[in-house]
Amino acid sequence: MWSIIRSLWLVLLHMFWPRFTVQYPDQKPYLAPRYRGRIILSRDPDGEERCVACYLCAVACPVDCISLQATEDPHGRRYPEWFRINFSRCIFCGLCEEACPTYAIQLTPDIELGEYNRQNLVYEKENLLIGGTGKYPGYNFWRVAGVQIEDKDKGQSEREAPPADLRTLLP
Amino acid sequence: MKIVVDKKEYEVDPRENLLEACLGRGLDLPYFCWHPAMGSVGACRQCAVKVYRDENDARGRIVMACMTPITPNLLASIDDAEAREFRAGIVEGLMESHPHDCPVCDEGGECHLQDMTVMTGHNYRRFEFPKRTFHNQYLGPLLNHEMNRCIQCYRCTRFYTEYAGGKDFAVLKLRHLVYFGRAEAGVLENEFSGNLVEVCPTGVFTDKTLKRHYTRKWDLQMAPTVCAHCALGCNVTAGERYGTLRRIVNRYNGQINGYFLCDRGRFGYEHVNSPKRIRSARARRDAGAAEIPKAEALDRFSSLAAGGKTLGIGSPRASLESNFALRALVGPENFYAGVSDASYDLLAAMLQVLRQGPAPASLRQIEHGDAALVLGEDVTNSAPRLALTLRQTIRQAGLEQAEKMRVPRWQDHAVRELAQKDHGPLFIATPYPTRLDDVATETYRAAPDDIARLGFAVAHLLDPASPAVPDLAEPLRALAGRIADTLQAAARPVVVSGTGAGSAAVLRAAADVARALAKAGKPVAFSLQAEERNSLGFAMMEPKPLGRAVDAARAGEVQTVIVLENDLYRRAPAAAIDALLAAPHVVALDALETRTTAKAELVIPAAPFAEADGTVVSSEGRAQRFFRVYPPAGGVQDSWRWLADVLGLLARPEGLAWKDLDDVVEAVARAFPSLARIRDAAPGAGFRIAGAKIPREPHRYSGRTSMLANIQVSEPKPPEDPDSALSYTMEGAPVEPPAALLPFFWTGGWNSIQAVNKFQEEIAGPLRGGDAGVRLLDQAAGGAGTLARAPDGSASVPVAGYLDSVPAPFAPRRGEWLIVPRHHIFGSEELSAEAPAIAELSPQPYVALGPSDAAALGAAPGAVVNVKSEAGSASLPLRVEPGLPAGLAALPAGLGPLAGIPLPVWGRIELGR
Repeated sequence: MWSIIRSLWLVLLHMFWPRFTVQYPDQKPYLAPRYRGRIILSRDPDGEERCVACYLCAVACPVDCISLQATEDPHGRRYPEWFRINFSRCIFCGLCEEACPTYAIQLTPDIELGEYNRQNLVYEKENLLIGGTGKYPGYNFWRVAGVQIEDKDKGQSEREAPPADLRTLLP
Repeated sequence: MKIVVDKKEYEVDPRENLLEACLGRGLDLPYFCWHPAMGSVGACRQCAVKVYRDENDARGRIVMACMTPITPNLLASIDDAEAREFRAGIVEGLMESHPHDCPVCDEGGECHLQDMTVMTGHNYRRFEFPKRTFHNQYLGPLLNHEMNRCIQCYRCTRFYTEYAGGKDFAVLKLRHLVYFGRAEAGVLENEFSGNLVEVCPTGVFTDKTLKRHYTRKWDLQMAPTVCAHCALGCNVTAGERYGTLRRIVNRYNGQINGYFLCDRGRFGYEHVNSPKRIRSARARRDAGAAEIPKAEALDRFSSLAAGGKTLGIGSPRASLESNFALRALVGPENFYAGVSDASYDLLAAMLQVLRQGPAPASLRQIEHGDAALVLGEDVTNSAPRLALTLRQTIRQAGLEQAEKMRVPRWQDHAVRELAQKDHGPLFIATPYPTRLDDVATETYRAAPDDIARLGFAVAHLLDPASPAVPDLAEPLRALAGRIADTLQAAARPVVVSGTGAGSAAVLRAAADVARALAKAGKPVAFSLQAEERNSLGFAMMEPKPLGRAVDAARAGEVQTVIVLENDLYRRAPAAAIDALLAAPHVVALDALETRTTAKAELVIPAAPFAEADGTVVSSEGRAQRFFRVYPPAGGVQDSWRWLADVLGLLARPEGLAWKDLDDVVEAVARAFPSLARIRDAAPGAGFRIAGAKIPREPHRYSGRTSMLANIQVSEPKPPEDPDSALSYTMEGAPVEPPAALLPFFWTGGWNSIQAVNKFQEEIAGPLRGGDAGVRLLDQAAGGAGTLARAPDGSASVPVAGYLDSVPAPFAPRRGEWLIVPRHHIFGSEELSAEAPAIAELSPQPYVALGPSDAAALGAAPGAVVNVKSEAGSASLPLRVEPGLPAGLAALPAGLGPLAGIPLPVWGRIELGR
């Protein structure tokens, strides 16, 4: 008897407490920039694709939901011919981002990935590639790596000496 | 001998060095410049360990393990703090100028430098000064060059120039600027350049064909298979991704290829991805041809096979199982050889010779010979890996000399310095100059008949009981004397010949030499080379000669001709094949479009080597099983399965009984006692380790839930493989499978192919559990091909008597030339010629004459001349080949408009208009 009255009293009290319910989607919660949501592919400061198709994100992925195929432009700059993430398998662990040596693949604070049709959760490169640098401005892998691309010859990367002259007799 | 490493005792071979001893006992010790096949030079300083004078020596001293011989009770420590610090310092130094490009480096994920850097614990760059850089060179369509990655271990130049005898590659410059490359950019000339991909511990040399469809090692679905491009049967690992074949790497087999492959074997794989592939069945209708579904193809096939007299044309490039299934379908009396009658006779002669003994030798035995005679065979172009082996054979003399002076064999530089240019005897008798001539003691250029006479003369000198050669010219007699003396003096003579010269007399002469040596009690390494992957196994199935099939077709007796994996227009003159294929119905099973499939009424898509299972028999008489790398897409399946399906539709007992590969293998083994042992070539489909199949995919295979998601987001079940103990998944046996089922070399901390050390019984020894394959021709002679030694050690010589068919000397004719086949590593072989990279290196069709004959003809090099023979004629540019004897002309084997005519043949050559 006492416990029934006590319960009724508590329910009554709840009517005067502030509400916890957030009126999503009218009211958006704050998600930090480093929140692990929808995955994107970013571009370097020059506006070129950052992804060099090294396959490290794919191999780091614990659910194996990333697949891609590497190809090269005529000057030796490597990029993915196609890049696919199956978000219906993705667990948003962020290991792909950690593995990425070029800051290309990044997780964003976008969590609105609901779909009625699971097939629509398969994202191709055109769905993933964004226009900017994402969370990491400034970094450009090709300016650091010692390989040759269209507008950068050997010896022109950061901290590189000019290419050795094989014909000189001087030491 | 006992040594102590890190306070643990190990029993090791005193001929090893400390590095080999440690690696062979499963210890991890980083290294770069040492290579199991090339020994030590102590260039990289990476394998530093501490050794101690005795138990009381607490300080010890740092030595390079690869340069330290094993001494009794050697006390060493890998784990010593100072040694570890030393090794970390070395790697840090090597990494100073290494570019920041692992993500875009093709070696990444299977890089020995990555592995060793991780092993030593170096992980952060302290060097802040500019890195040295280099320009790269264009090295041809096979290899990519990225010199910035070089760590100066010198392995590439040691392999290319010292091991493989290349002349166009060297070390340039000095200090930290040493450069490995050619004097000028250009195509690497050596036929073994592809091995640099595996020899280079990092990504300086990478596979250019892989680059076009790049995939990391961890993403490849791999299976053990056997090279499809010559008869040596080198073991390879083929890798697939997204349904296309991506690359070939070496699969160590201590008896055959060891650590190295030839470029044809490594880069010829792309024929599997060719646009010429037949992907679905096709039937000729009234107007043109139309693709038909599998069920309809089987219906048509079985009704054609059941109606009227049906001939089956087998193939030396198809597996034993496929040939046997065809033989079962048409009956043994209607099973014909899909090779020219001349090749048929050669193969029959070769098989007969090998069965009578001496038994064929493995490449390993040939490598350990100390004097070699090559009779009639241009091995560099017909069986390339054998040429690399012969280059090591001639080093044995130097190695023995070194051993006498107590220089261990692995002291590579010391041994080479000691031997200088002195190498063991190698006599080469061929119709035209070969790529091994630079290390030959003497060469002899002559027509096949004269080469055979030289062989018979040598045999007669070795054993007077063998037939004498009448009318032997004095220079030839003297040469035969020198060869005979050398072989007589050798402890382990090597005799190599083959069907390449197109002469049975040459084969018999080589056999007589080998027999004479065997009779003298020598452990002769005797090797005959056939042309194709399964030539010998095919010959063992006793098909009938093709000529008779043509005769039967001409007589109008034939209703249906079934051609198995064969372009008959490469086998015989077009007229004969046209007559054969004029039969009312022609069915062709093949993987690629050929002139033969173009003539067929029904074309059945057969699986190429990477999509098929089966057994092939190499020139060594070694039966080896090869396995599907990935399940073929669409209607493609193994030829033997197509034929078994047809047998099933016809309600024949075989068709009903054959459910998987093992059933067909069993049927082959029952039908041919000589092939009975193919059962043991590899464990059957029921083989399991701890109840599990062996995974074709590495444990880090990526993209499983994504690679097919664009088609269907729900992942399909992995395909089943009913024919082997391998599975198309990454789950499976946690322990290493038998050598015949080993899909790849990979072990903890050793991601590169150098992991093979962990799979061997001893360094450079057999794989654990024995190397793959079973030898079929050993019964004839002593065990393991060592030949002719009874258990009591007496020379028992279980070889038949000599063959007495000494041909008459070659007589040049006026206005006519004997046209001999000239083999080309790139281009002569049918399948590899379809790979773009190989096709780029293949020569254009030509006819070659010696300089004097060309002058007599009045034709300049490049002039178009008309070549006419009974079998066919064509206009071809003239190539002047110095060294081609007078009276001989050469046509590229398997290339150009005259690819189908059986060589050698007499023909006229006239100036074109």
